[in-house]
Amino acid sequence: MPLSPAITDIEQLKNHPAVGRLVGWNPGAIQGVKFDRDEMTIVVDRSAIREACALLREDPGCPFDFLSDVTCVDWYPAEPRFEVVYHLLSIPKKERVRLKVRLNSSSPTIDSLTSVWPGANFFEREVFDLFGIRFAGHPYLRRIMMPEDWEGHPLRKDYPVEGYR
Amino acid sequence: MAHLTPTPVVEPGQDRTMILNMGPQHPSTHGVLRVLLEIDGETVVRLMPDIGYLHTGIEKTCEAKFYQQVVPLTDRIDYLCPMTNNLCYVLAVEKLLGLEIPPKAQWLRVLLNELTRINSHLVWLGTHAMDIGALTVFLYCFREREEVLKMFEMVSGQRMMTSYFRVGGIALEPPLGFFDRVRDFAGYFPEKVDEYENLLTGNPIWGMRTKGVARMTAEDAIALGATGPTLRGSGVDIDLRRDMPYSSYEKFQFKVPVSQEGDVFARYMCRVQELRESTAIVRQALDGMPEGPIKADAPGIVLPDREKMKTQMESLIYHFKIITEGFAVPAGEVYQAVESPRGEMGYYIVSDGTAKPYRVHMRAACFANLQTLAKMCEGHLLADVVAAIGSIDIVLGEIDR
Repeated sequence: MPLSPAITDIEQLKNHPAVGRLVGWNPGAIQGVKFDRDEMTIVVDRSAIREACALLREDPGCPFDFLSDVTCVDWYPAEPRFEVVYHLLSIPKKERVRLKVRLNSSSPTIDSLTSVWPGANFFEREVFDLFGIRFAGHPYLRRIMMPEDWEGHPLRKDYPVEGYR
Repeated sequence: MAHLTPTPVVEPGQDRTMILNMGPQHPSTHGVLRVLLEIDGETVVRLMPDIGYLHTGIEKTCEAKFYQQVVPLTDRIDYLCPMTNNLCYVLAVEKLLGLEIPPKAQWLRVLLNELTRINSHLVWLGTHAMDIGALTVFLYCFREREEVLKMFEMVSGQRMMTSYFRVGGIALEPPLGFFDRVRDFAGYFPEKVDEYENLLTGNPIWGMRTKGVARMTAEDAIALGATGPTLRGSGVDIDLRRDMPYSSYEKFQFKVPVSQEGDVFARYMCRVQELRESTAIVRQALDGMPEGPIKADAPGIVLPDREKMKTQMESLIYHFKIITEGFAVPAGEVYQAVESPRGEMGYYIVSDGTAKPYRVHMRAACFANLQTLAKMCEGHLLADVVAAIGSIDIVLGEIDR
């Protein structure tokens, strides 16, 4: 099955429950959409991520009630450098959506989702530990994998694979 | 490994509570989990898991490897279900490539995945029962697990770190006699599950240690990100094999065991029933195993057969190029999730169009499931913490990565 080209036109993708819901709520919060390899990606503005998630969680038609995963990608040296990636799952409708927030390296801070899903706690601590993204409103933002006194954030691209010697 | 400073909620002088450190070398924490407990007499007031002792930076290592070199790393994440990790990774890369896999390879993957599930659940059952004090079950479970490991050794040459799946198919044809051996095992295994159940299910001591212990509601389980039997034990009916099928799972008939109680016993019942359902899937896979190749027809991606390599120039060139340069994967990103024995195992892979993955992230089921531990234990007896840890079936390799 050859790959079909990605769709990035928001008008074509409005039928997807998550896109439709977010466009109906606040079109300005959506910075872009992409449908590629049967997966939907929505790039959300940094200030809107928590409300967008709370909205999708309570959607009556297709509730994205489960936070599968939170992670981050470092596009160093490009700017905006970081992409925080959320994977949401709708347990009743068996539908997935990926939300993304782009962050500049100068202020890698974003709202925590722990008030929407308490389960975001460990995931956000991991992203904080390994990428140095700060989650505002997180109840216990401390390193989770590395020792407390570790220097640097190992999954950043400017951190050598073999570590600092 | 955050080196938590144990600070009691109540200030000294009027303190009623004390801090108890459990692990990282405690036998019931299944590896190197450290749990900090604040206790008031026998009651747990607060519970904090401390992890990271086994962090090896696998996600970082993946970024320095070719796509095919990542497969052995995925084994080492969850050493009790290596094939599930292999499968999830290769499915994600195949999705990135847009590669079609021959039916025989898909069915073999299903067969081996269900054997992996049996293997993993047997280790869980044995150690979980041992934690609570039922020592005999451990010996029974490991007797059957040995047989599964021997089957893994037959196909891959390895008992635990199998690395048997490849991007585009599987590594080798299973050897002669493999299917007979699996059929034999699938024939007698349900009787063995009866044996375990005879020891535990109706056992009043087992019931007292597990029924009504470490309860969790469905809402809490969903909010905390629990998946797999930990979620299904609380009455949420979701199984990715049935609901979002991959690797031909839609062609198999099986039931998804769900229990409503949300306690340790409910999670135990879910997993024991899964042992039976997995055996049924293994039997269906044996009966309907399609004929045909085990590798996709993708010369630049799949290593050529040994025979062709020695007789055809092109095959030799492809072999050399794959080994030395890897294969380029079109730019893009995918999230592929499979139902591992512990829940939703997900791989998020970002490709920048080169032969090395730009980012590989593993969504580990146990990592999220571990968050439910505090909810299960706070306000309950200290002795039940051990039962609760066993019931969420953690593997620290997967949590820490």
